[in-house]
Amino acid sequence: MTTFSKEDVKYFADFVRIGLSEEDKENFSVKIADLIESVSNLNEVDVTGVEPMTHPVAMINVLREDQPKDILDREVMLASAEDQEDGLIKVPDIL
Amino acid sequence: MNFETIVGLEIHVELKTDTKIMSPAPAHFGAEPNKNIHVTDIAYPGVLPTLNKKAIEYGMKASMALNCDIAPIMNFDRKHYFYPDNPKAYQITQDKRPVGANGWIEIEVDGKKKKIRIERVHLEEDAGKLTHTENGHSLVDLNRQGTPLIEIVTEADVRSPEEAYAFLEKLKAIIQYTGVSDVRMEEGSLRCDANISLRPFGQEKFGTKTELKNLNSFNFIRRGIANEVARQEKILLSGGTIQQETRRYDEATGDTVLMRIKGSANDYRFINDPDLPDVHIEQEWMDRVRNEIPELPDARKERYVSEMDLPEYDAHVLTLTKEMSDFFDATVKAGAEPKLASNWLMGDVSAYLNAESKELHDTPLTPENLAQLVKLITDGTISSKIAKKVFTDLVKKGGNPADIVKEKGLVQISDEGTLRTIITEILDNNEQSIEDFKNGKDRAVGFLVGQVMKATKGQANPPLVNKLLMEEIKKR
Amino acid sequence: MTLTSKTATELQALLQKGEVTATEVTEATLQTIEQREEKIHAFIHVAKEEATKRAEQLDQEAADTRGRLFGVPIGIKDNIVTKDMTTTCASKMLEDFVPVYNATAIEKLEAAGAVNMGKLNMDEFAMGSTTETSYFGNTLNPWNTDYVPGGSSGGSAAAVAAGEVPLSLGSDTGGSVRQPAAFCGIVGMKPTYGRISRFGLTAFASSLDQIGTLSRTVEDNALLLSVIAGEDYNDSSSSAKAVPDFTAALTGDIKGLKVAVPKPYLGEGVDEEIAKTVKEAIAVLESLGAVCEEVELPHIQYAPTTYYVISSSEAQSNLSRFDGLRYGYHTENAENLEQAYFRTRQEGFGDEVKKRIIFGTYAMSADHHEDVYVRAQKTRTLIAQDFDSVFEKYDVVIGPTAATTAFKLGETGGDQLVHYANDVLAVPANLTGRPALSVPCGFVNELPVGMQIMGKHFDEETLYKVAHAYEQATDFHKRTPSIQEGK
Repeated sequence: MTTFSKEDVKYFADFVRIGLSEEDKENFSVKIADLIESVSNLNEVDVTGVEPMTHPVAMINVLREDQPKDILDREVMLASAEDQEDGLIKVPDIL
Repeated sequence: MNFETIVGLEIHVELKTDTKIMSPAPAHFGAEPNKNIHVTDIAYPGVLPTLNKKAIEYGMKASMALNCDIAPIMNFDRKHYFYPDNPKAYQITQDKRPVGANGWIEIEVDGKKKKIRIERVHLEEDAGKLTHTENGHSLVDLNRQGTPLIEIVTEADVRSPEEAYAFLEKLKAIIQYTGVSDVRMEEGSLRCDANISLRPFGQEKFGTKTELKNLNSFNFIRRGIANEVARQEKILLSGGTIQQETRRYDEATGDTVLMRIKGSANDYRFINDPDLPDVHIEQEWMDRVRNEIPELPDARKERYVSEMDLPEYDAHVLTLTKEMSDFFDATVKAGAEPKLASNWLMGDVSAYLNAESKELHDTPLTPENLAQLVKLITDGTISSKIAKKVFTDLVKKGGNPADIVKEKGLVQISDEGTLRTIITEILDNNEQSIEDFKNGKDRAVGFLVGQVMKATKGQANPPLVNKLLMEEIKKR
Repeated sequence: MTLTSKTATELQALLQKGEVTATEVTEATLQTIEQREEKIHAFIHVAKEEATKRAEQLDQEAADTRGRLFGVPIGIKDNIVTKDMTTTCASKMLEDFVPVYNATAIEKLEAAGAVNMGKLNMDEFAMGSTTETSYFGNTLNPWNTDYVPGGSSGGSAAAVAAGEVPLSLGSDTGGSVRQPAAFCGIVGMKPTYGRISRFGLTAFASSLDQIGTLSRTVEDNALLLSVIAGEDYNDSSSSAKAVPDFTAALTGDIKGLKVAVPKPYLGEGVDEEIAKTVKEAIAVLESLGAVCEEVELPHIQYAPTTYYVISSSEAQSNLSRFDGLRYGYHTENAENLEQAYFRTRQEGFGDEVKKRIIFGTYAMSADHHEDVYVRAQKTRTLIAQDFDSVFEKYDVVIGPTAATTAFKLGETGGDQLVHYANDVLAVPANLTGRPALSVPCGFVNELPVGMQIMGKHFDEETLYKVAHAYEQATDFHKRTPSIQEGK
């Protein structure tokens, strides 16, 4: 049986800034343990010497010329921001 | 116990492209906040990066100039962390396959030459700018988000603050020569962090290092490293241990101040970015980019010494910036004698630029005009002293120095008859000086020459004045 | 026959000739949507005003400049961004989010004259296969409203099956277009990775995502793909390959077509009745001249877990941008930045999304990166190689689209592990970047069954040709759910 403790849930959720209730921790600890158990079947696969696949269709050198294009209007951008001040996006302070 | 200083440097250089590395928004310093943006820079749902070809070529160029191997195949990776100046919560960078690796720069400190190895050069996007207000908020400007950067990481080969200084001075010159960046620390287009540790001489294993940030000038870097070394030494000598931490250089006191203790708290979870296909650099592409790199400072220095007979010092100073070196080359090409051109550039020209906080391109001075000025001296049209007067005009207003000389009537008086008449008159009025000279007082000649110069407003040809003066005195 | 029961091809013929106006079609469509929505809830936003205005504009345009989809109604999955029209990804996180730009696919639809009828329901951020994880409530299967429409493009499939719109766009990361198409008895195509620009498709797993097309007939589907496919400056992974007119491929001739049928596709885990139905469909293809043979796919059983690891890992990366600072939901109770991050994401995301993000973070974390994430990427290579060797000898790979018919509402709780057998069938097309299409091929207990046809990279033409030949030889596409008769 794979275990994934509530502390594990919190440890990984912290990296991705997801707050958790006690109930969440319990729920995810069971469900993610199941997932980890399930994907452990990949350990059966002999991957010796196999290159990882990162792109489904191989392409190379898709490059853009260095010419400005499609500039976004600042006021349009700021309209959806939580808050703004003098053309800047206003966000809560670090501490 | 004596400790050996071990320093590794991480330098970020902003590339001078017209657009960002991953979006077609303009990339230039000094725009109004949030005006240089594209939907991709805001990390809206559905946006995708598009790779700027010029940024890739600039990365290649810088890597080549730093003697790196160029990756035949490279890719971009996502590096994950949350911060308001990092809209996607990942930075697109190069983790496993950077554009350049295994390079080096040669530096010289106290007459000793040494190679500092460069581990890697990788391309990445810069973050936006976050400022903190007094009322408990932060403000985000995303103009800088996505500006192309190269990060240059050295091996831990630097052994003193002076070596760090010499390395950065050289690095800055090389990058600037390639034209890929302005490398201006004051505008943030050159930024440096230092990893510093100490170990007892003879020990192989490195000690615990600290990372030093906020080093905003070459002098701060030199001083910051020296002070951090002193701090660590004090701890070690008193039996303490160094903590792995990030420290900040305090410009006011020169001390280093703790920013944060490094823990295992960060896990960047690098992944090859599926949105960006690999970049293959074929030989032909590499050759084309290599051909665009101009002659670099070391090669120029060598040429100045061996072909133009300049002293090493002159060659070093003239090659510190490409602009100066290009100007020097052009001046010589326009017919100026190399050492005289060098003297002018290192002397009056540099003094003027420093005093006015200007760069060569801010003045109307051209290499052709400077060469003309030098030639006016060598052919005896004006004296060095007059030349200084002409230069004052030349550097402010530009123009042909010969015209300035004519306009101001500054042509050197080399006509024997004219000078003889003036000298005769002066000797007539200064019999005491002739007497003094004949009694062995050499100083008296100086006085008489001064009188001639005064009478001719400094335009008399000095060697000729000397010669005629002696002849006339002998006659008496 | 009412206007709304017509195919897109039929409608556009009428519209081009001026026999009906875009406004008439739009009005009829809006009425139909209004009647049927209370039964199936396929839309998150019905674009009544926008569509009406757009149709009026279209009717003003000169007749000789009309595009290929002039006046044809279409619905858009709500993870494809539409300028000035909410795009929620069926999440509280983007409940009120109004994009400032159009997806490239939307731009192309507009240029072709299509009328966007609104935004379609889906599993939250496309994570699910039932449309039950939507923040806006689930969509119901038009064939039987006790059942789910499938997912994650459940709204896209249900709206087309119910006759609300003849065409829709979905997205397919692990079967999310094909499985709901099968569950709802319509045609669903996931083209080759790179065929349609992903610019403007909210990323779930960037190396797997592809916009897909849904319709009632193969011809309509081929028409829609012809309009929206193509290289895009804004998507570096979009292909520069020329886009043919896919409708030209519908010749009906599949003589000599080489069909591979992987053994596991009709074996354990696949509902026996479904296997039987698909075998009958394969027999129809044989009767049309196709040559069918069984093949092995040695690593196929690892496809679902490979997919779980890769899709979750990429998802944690892609969904990290949702922090409420620049747009979208933001918490009201935060005193500082860290609290704002944690609470916004706690309150804004649903459970399935959170679970996958946390699992993906685990899989990519320093301690597990090599053993879980990179191992999955290597297994992906092996799976792709299996298919490469099959496609050296065969033109298409055929099997069921899903292992079962539609699930009952609430039956699975939206849990992804329940769907392992379905994922074996669904995810290989995404893992290998290959095109795959689902075409209706029968019914089990009055619920539709789909046959999946998978092809060579950028060979959507063959898929359409085979599906069309099959469709013309059978009557399944002519059956409509009773909801279409207003019952």
